[in-house]
Amino acid sequence: MKIGVYICECGSNIASTVDVEELAEQAKEFPNVEVSRVYKYVCSDPGQVLIKQDIEEKQLDRIVVAACSPRMHEPTFRAVLEDMGLNPYVLEIVNIREQVSWVHNDKAKGTVKAASLLKGAVLRASLMHPLERKKVGVTPNALVIGGGIAGIQASLDLADMGFDTTLVEKTATIGGKMSQLDKTFPTLDCSQCILSPKMVDVNRHPNIDLLALSEVVEVDGYVGNFKVKIKKNPTYVLADKCTLCDDCVPVCPVIEHDEYNQGLSPRRAIYIPYPQAVPASYLIDPNSCLGIDPLICSKCKDVCGPEAIDFDMKPEIIEKEVGAIIVATGYEPYPIENIGEYGYGTIPDVISGLDYERIVSASGPTDGTIRSPSDGKIPKTVVFVHCAGSRDPSKHLPYCSKVCCMYATKHALQYKHLVHDGTAINFFIDIRTAGKDYEEFYQRAAEEDQVIYIRGKVSEVFQDGDKILVKGADTLTGETVELHADLVVLATGLMPSAGTKEIASLLNLSVGMNGFIREAHPKLKPVDTAIAGVFVAGTATGPKDIPETVSNASGAASRAAGILSQDELEIEGTVAQVDEDLCRGCGLCAEACPYSAIEIKAINKYGHALRVAFVNEAMCKGCGSCAAACLNGAINQLGYTDSQILALIGALGEE
Amino acid sequence: MSYEYLKFGKEEKDFIAKIEEISGQNIYSCYQCGKCSAGCVFSDKMDITVNQLIHLIQLGQKEKVLKANTQWVCSSCLTCSVRCPREIDVAALMEAVREYSLREDYEKVIISEISKEALDKLPNIALVSNFRKKTG
Repeated sequence: MKIGVYICECGSNIASTVDVEELAEQAKEFPNVEVSRVYKYVCSDPGQVLIKQDIEEKQLDRIVVAACSPRMHEPTFRAVLEDMGLNPYVLEIVNIREQVSWVHNDKAKGTVKAASLLKGAVLRASLMHPLERKKVGVTPNALVIGGGIAGIQASLDLADMGFDTTLVEKTATIGGKMSQLDKTFPTLDCSQCILSPKMVDVNRHPNIDLLALSEVVEVDGYVGNFKVKIKKNPTYVLADKCTLCDDCVPVCPVIEHDEYNQGLSPRRAIYIPYPQAVPASYLIDPNSCLGIDPLICSKCKDVCGPEAIDFDMKPEIIEKEVGAIIVATGYEPYPIENIGEYGYGTIPDVISGLDYERIVSASGPTDGTIRSPSDGKIPKTVVFVHCAGSRDPSKHLPYCSKVCCMYATKHALQYKHLVHDGTAINFFIDIRTAGKDYEEFYQRAAEEDQVIYIRGKVSEVFQDGDKILVKGADTLTGETVELHADLVVLATGLMPSAGTKEIASLLNLSVGMNGFIREAHPKLKPVDTAIAGVFVAGTATGPKDIPETVSNASGAASRAAGILSQDELEIEGTVAQVDEDLCRGCGLCAEACPYSAIEIKAINKYGHALRVAFVNEAMCKGCGSCAAACLNGAINQLGYTDSQILALIGALGEE
Repeated sequence: MSYEYLKFGKEEKDFIAKIEEISGQNIYSCYQCGKCSAGCVFSDKMDITVNQLIHLIQLGQKEKVLKANTQWVCSSCLTCSVRCPREIDVAALMEAVREYSLREDYEKVIISEISKEALDKLPNIALVSNFRKKTG
């Protein structure tokens, strides 16, 4: 065995705190070391050439690099080994930068620490074995969970690239929250007008299988080879027979609150969510319909010419095989009734941002005339309260919901466009307009439309006769202020949707403190998750505006396509390996595995059925949790075997 | 705790419109960064700062605006106008507030109503300045 040791100066990053020459001299005395060198930047091209030459001339068969974290350059040096015909796993990297030079300033002690780390690495390298990278096939289909704008965009991108894509949406129509918005900032284009063409595209695309009113109930498998079970709930209306004639609606005796209009208008038990809904089909609300078990009323069925109504429709389970999954499960508004002092739910003219979107929308309950819910009059003074729920770590949401400054500004501006002589007052803490043309939009609202901005929070609101008394602070004048308003709009914060929480737990995705799904890296892997093959798009990872959501979704689609476009995937060689003779099938390892990669299976051995652990190498991330948990020492982490780790510890224990 | 009652009726709107008309400035352009006050050499002599005065105009608080000494301390050095990031001619606004006060006869001094005792104490120049207010 011949080991080559390469010590990196990393400019002065390492050399200033570690005596690298001394280290190289000491390394020459370590067992099996053939050559030990110092170089300014080992990762550089000449540095790599140096290693390559040594491998060729000195016939090295193990390489130890003492430099930065393996997170940075392990792939670089593995490629060097592969180029020279060596197995990429006979490489050991010692992190003498982050673990030594950057955290110590005593050069003598730093050198001693680096030497013991290096010695451990050399001893470990002597025990290394070449490892094999296995290959698995890929099912070139995708699953997108959530049919809001993120899910729509991701599905369209994947389908356009030629991948069969299943889009699963929990409600009866795709479109998500964006379909409820009236206009979008900062351009004020009509939300439905820019969204509905994409919804229609989804419906028409030959590569998209749209499953509305459906939920993902089970996901098995691993990157490239997921098996998914989807529950499709009954609409009780046969979509292929329904002609959308609307004859069923007027005869239905049941009146319900219309979810699309935030409960501000009525709908029947048989209904279509809104005219542009996709899939365009009526459905029956099983919670209020009088025809579904027991059959008390069948008025809709009686009038339905094409006989499209089937009260006996049952849920069905659809199974799909996919190679990648995109989670686009979105947000929901913070329940602002939690903020007691703002009176939502008790004062009729205190409404949420989403309520206001429907009131101002031409397709909404008031046909686009702004009216107070209590008396239907056009409000003359409207107060917009920013940060309703957001930036309140003590009781509500600790974070900034990012879009509220802009949408509250848009609301005020829309109000002024519709009620010219009205007064729009925004109470804000800070105005956050970080986005293309956003600051200009905010300035336009103030400058051209005389929207008044008062810096300070509203403390509380009261019903005072037919008006609302708003009490707040103006921190610019240092005064407390009060005024009478006809309508108060709370710029509601965003929180992870119930669906986001459910899917995160179903897929074992890690979530942050606020319940949003955690990205693999907040900056450099914003659409990846910790689980290979599962990506995330849109507000499931945190509040986002529409442009950001759309680009996020396209990013997730392209990351997913990176997997789907391959015939086979290479799997890291550093996976867990079970010694079936030692394994007693206790299942501790399966419990310890954060990636659900271990299953306890029964095998036939010597004529007996024995329970042993089985590692799915495609799902194993090589974290070593199972090896640490195993009481019998039956699991070894390839590349980090117990003997290798003991050699490392032995070197660190030497004086 | 007493609350300042905000009203946005005709009186307030007329006041804002008049100030805008006299100054030729859009009062709503101001986003309250405070750069005018920060650069004003007389800020420490003013009872409320320049940006606060502008904010009070935005809120239609006529009484408070006219009661302030801010506009009278202003020497029209134009530092604020040159530096304003929103291109408001702040000095012109100050001038407009002064002009408005005069047109309203706000705190008009009537010589016959000044007590003899006060007249004895007042420097002549103060009285002269007071008369000159009206002549522009």
